[in-house]
Amino acid sequence: MVDVSPLNSPKLKMLGHLSVPGRAGVQLPSLDVPEQEALPEEFLRECDTRLPELSELDVVRYFTNLSQKNFSVDTNFYPLGSCTMKYNPKINDVIASLPGFAKLHPLQDTNFAQGSLELMYELQSSLMELTGFAGSSLATLAGAQGELAGVLMIKAYHESNGDSQRNLILIPDSAHGTNPASASMAGFSVATIPSDSNGNMDVQALRILAKENLAGAMITLPSTLGLFDTSIVEICKIIHEAGGLIYCDGANMNAILGRARLFDLGFDVVHLNLHKTLSTPHGGGGPGSGPVCVSEKLLPFLPSPIVKKSSNLEGSIYNFVDPVDSIGKVAAFHGNFGVLVRAYAFVRALGLSGLRQVSGDAVLNANYILSSLKDVYKVAFDRKCMHELVLSLSPQKSKGVKAIDVSKRLIDYGVHPPTMYFPLIVEEALMIEPTESENKQTLDIFIDIMRKIAIECEENPDLILSSPVYAPIGRLDEVMAARRPDLRQVY
Amino acid sequence: MVKNFVHSYIPHTDSERREMLDVVGVNQIEDLFLEIPEKYRDPNITLPSPLTEMELLQELESLSAKNVQVGKMPSFLGGGAYSHFIPSVVASLTSRGEFLTSYTPYQPEVSQGTLQATYEFQSMMCELTGMDVANAGMYDGATAFAEAALMACRLTKRYRVYVMDSISSHYLAVLRTYLLPQSVEIVIVSDYINEIDGDAACLLVQYPNALGVIPDLASLGKLIHSVDGLFVVNVYPVALGMLKPPSEYEADIVTGECQSLGIPLSFGGPYVGMFACRNEHIRQLPGRIVGKTNESHGDRDGFVLTLQTREQHIRRENATSNICTSEALIATAVAIHLALLGPRGLRQVAQLCYNKAHYAARCISELPGYYINPHAPDKYWFNEFVVTGPKSVDVLQKNLFDQGIIGGINVTDRVKGGLLFCVTEINSKQEIDNLVIALNNMKES
Repeated sequence: MVDVSPLNSPKLKMLGHLSVPGRAGVQLPSLDVPEQEALPEEFLRECDTRLPELSELDVVRYFTNLSQKNFSVDTNFYPLGSCTMKYNPKINDVIASLPGFAKLHPLQDTNFAQGSLELMYELQSSLMELTGFAGSSLATLAGAQGELAGVLMIKAYHESNGDSQRNLILIPDSAHGTNPASASMAGFSVATIPSDSNGNMDVQALRILAKENLAGAMITLPSTLGLFDTSIVEICKIIHEAGGLIYCDGANMNAILGRARLFDLGFDVVHLNLHKTLSTPHGGGGPGSGPVCVSEKLLPFLPSPIVKKSSNLEGSIYNFVDPVDSIGKVAAFHGNFGVLVRAYAFVRALGLSGLRQVSGDAVLNANYILSSLKDVYKVAFDRKCMHELVLSLSPQKSKGVKAIDVSKRLIDYGVHPPTMYFPLIVEEALMIEPTESENKQTLDIFIDIMRKIAIECEENPDLILSSPVYAPIGRLDEVMAARRPDLRQVY
Repeated sequence: MVKNFVHSYIPHTDSERREMLDVVGVNQIEDLFLEIPEKYRDPNITLPSPLTEMELLQELESLSAKNVQVGKMPSFLGGGAYSHFIPSVVASLTSRGEFLTSYTPYQPEVSQGTLQATYEFQSMMCELTGMDVANAGMYDGATAFAEAALMACRLTKRYRVYVMDSISSHYLAVLRTYLLPQSVEIVIVSDYINEIDGDAACLLVQYPNALGVIPDLASLGKLIHSVDGLFVVNVYPVALGMLKPPSEYEADIVTGECQSLGIPLSFGGPYVGMFACRNEHIRQLPGRIVGKTNESHGDRDGFVLTLQTREQHIRRENATSNICTSEALIATAVAIHLALLGPRGLRQVAQLCYNKAHYAARCISELPGYYINPHAPDKYWFNEFVVTGPKSVDVLQKNLFDQGIIGGINVTDRVKGGLLFCVTEINSKQEIDNLVIALNNMKES
C-alpha cells in the first residue's frame, strides 16, 4: 500500500511545501475609514513577506498532525526527572481564558484591574505561607530568571552593606546548569561544593570554601539527586556565619509542599517553578513562571513590581509598588500573568490538606518505584528518596547499553524517557520523577517495563540499541545538526 | 494514620497507599519525611480551604469581573502590548494537550511536533525581519533586547552600550537589570545623534520607537557601523507587514515582542520574544535553537535542539545565557497565527492599523486645543501617536473612562501633557469617531 499521508512520507512536508499563492487562512475586516496619505516609499517594503499561503483547514490539519508526534502528560506517562510533569488541570486553562483576565491590557489603570491585582496579591501571600518568607514578587518569567533575580538580590544586599568584595557563589556539584549560569550573569564567580558518599553536600569542604569573599550559595532542596540533605540546617548556619546568604533553587518544591518551610531551615531567598510544583502546563518548553520569595532582609531588593494591599472604609485597594532598592524590572510588564492565574487556581483547588497530599503521594510514588527496581538496577544512593530517584546504568554500560539506549527503549513501550545524564556526578544517570498524578496501575506497568528492559539489557542488547522503532522517527544525527546548521526554511 | 485527602487530581485510594507503603517498608507517608529535622517538620501554614471545580470557577469568574478589559469598553492602549484580532484556530490548536502538556524537546523522537513547529517559528522570524537565523524564542521583547545587548558585548568585547532615549521606559528598566551587574555601561543618546564613540558595543533602537515614530534607521545603522559596533533593532512585528525589514538597514541583531502576532494581552504575559541575527553570529546566540537533520540510520528528515554547546546545561557559568525556556507554546501560537495571515493578511493588518490610526489622529488634530505628536511634528509614524489636549492628562484619562473609553497611556515624562494612543484593526470607525467626540466634549470651556 502506498503511504499517501504527507506528514509520514519520507520527504518531510513543511508549511512552505503546502503553500499555494492566493490562499488565505483568515478573513480581515475591510477598511472602514477613508484611506490616508501613505508613508513615503523609502519606508515601505518593496514586496510582501514570503510567508506561506494556506487555507484555514491546511493550517489546522498541519499543526494537528504535528501535535500527534509529541508525547505529553495528556497522552503518556512522562517521568522526566526534575521537571515535575504532573497533571495540568483543564479548569485552570478555562479560568486563564476568561475575558476579564485574557483581554486585560498590562498598562490598564490599576483601578480597573483590581481583580488581577487581588489575584496576584493572594498568590504572593500563598507562596509566602508555603515557604515561610516575608515577601514575594511574581515578576520573574521563568525559573532561571528567578535564579538570576535571587542572586542579584544577594549582590544588592552585600553592596548596601558596603560588602562589595563578596563576589563568590558556592554551588553543589549536583546543581542544574542554570545555577552557575545565573550566578555568572549576576557578575559573580563560582566555586563548587562537592557531594559526599551519601549524596549530601560535603560539610567539611564547605567550611574551607566559606571565606571572607563569600557572597552566598545556591542550593537545591531536595537536591537534584532527589535527596533531602540531612545537613541542610548546619550548612545554612556555616554560610550565614561566613556572612553569606543562601538562595534555594525551588525546582524540587513538590517534595516538601506543606511539610517544611525553607525560611525555617535557614534559607534567605527561593524561586518557585509554578510550571512544576503548581501544575501550570509546560507548553513544550515554556511559558513558565519563577516567582521569588525572600526573608525580611531582602525585602527592599525584590524585583519590580510587587502588589500591595491597603484597606479603607470602602474596602481593599491593590496597587503595584516598586520596592525601595529593587534590583529593577525583569520583564516589560508584571510577570507571566496567565501562568499565575493557573497556579493560583491550583492552590485554591487543593488548599493546605491537598498540597500536603500532593507532596506525600509524590514522595510515596518515587519510593515505590525505587523499592520495586533496586534489585535490578543500581540506585545512585541507596536510601529513601524524596519525589524522584536517580538510577545509574553503569552496570548495564558494561554490556554496551547506556542510559540513552534504555531511554529510547522506553519510548517503544510508550513511556517518555526520564531525564538522562543528569545530575552530572552520577555515571549514566536516569532520573525518574513520577509525580503525585500517576495512579498505581501506571506505576506498576512502568516498573514491569523497566524490569523487562533490565532483562533485555542482558539477553538482547541489540534490541535496545536499535530502539526506538515505534516512534514517529528514529534516532537523529545530532552531530550533523550542529556541524551543518539548518535552522530555517525559505518559504 | 493521618487522614488522606480525596481529590480528582490525586488518584490513590487508601488501600493502594497501604500496598505501596508495604512495598516501601514504612508504616505511613509521614515516615518518608523523617529526614526533615523534627523541629521544622509540618509547620503551621494557613491557606484558604479547598474549593470544588464549581466553586473555583465561580470565585475566579467574579474576580475577573472586577477588571475592565478590552471589549468591555473600546480601548486605545498600546505601548508594547497590542489588541489585535486572533483567529479561533490559534487557541484551538495550542490548547491541544500534545502541545500544551509536553516539555522541552530533549527527546526528539517523541517531540517532533514541538520541534517542527519551532522550526517554522524560526523561519517566519527570519522572513519578517530579513535576518539569516532566529532562535526558538525568548521570555519577552524586553529581555530579548537586553540579551541582544549582552551578545553584542561578547561579540565586540566592548562594554559600553548606546541606547536611544526614544525606547520604552519598561525596556530601559530591564536593560539596566541585565547589563549593570555585568559592568556594562549604558549611554543614553538622543534621536539627533550624529557622532558616536569608538568604544560602542552596539546601538539599541526601537522600530517604531516608544512613541510610535519611525526612526531614521539608515543613518543610525551607518553611524554605529562606522565604529564597528553592532546595530540592534527591536521591532513591533505587525509593522513589518508594511515597513522595510531591519535587514535592509543592515541590522546585526533584531529582537521584538511577538505578542501582537496571535497572543492574548493577558495582563502582560506570557508572551514570546523574537531574537534574530546574522549567520556569522549564531555561536553567540542565547537560548534554544532547533535544527533540521536526518536519521542516523534511515533517510527521514527530523528536528533536534542544536548548537547546545552555547547553553547552560553544558557550559554552565560560561554559557551565553542562563535562559532555558523558549516560551515554546507561545512561539507555536505565533507560527500558527502567521500561517493563517500569510503575506497578504499581515500586510492588510499593518495597513488597517496605519490607516485607522492616521484617520483618528487627523480627526483629533482638527479639534480645538488638541495637538498630535508635538515633540516630532515632521516625523512619520505607524499606529501610535501622542496627543496633547486642553486638560491635564489625568483629567483627560478620567473623562474618557467616564465616557466609556479606555484610552491613552500617560507619557508626560517624555512629552509635556502627552497621552499615547494606539489604533489597530480591532477599533472600528464608530469607536474612533466616539473617541473624537469624547475628546471634543472636553475642549476648553
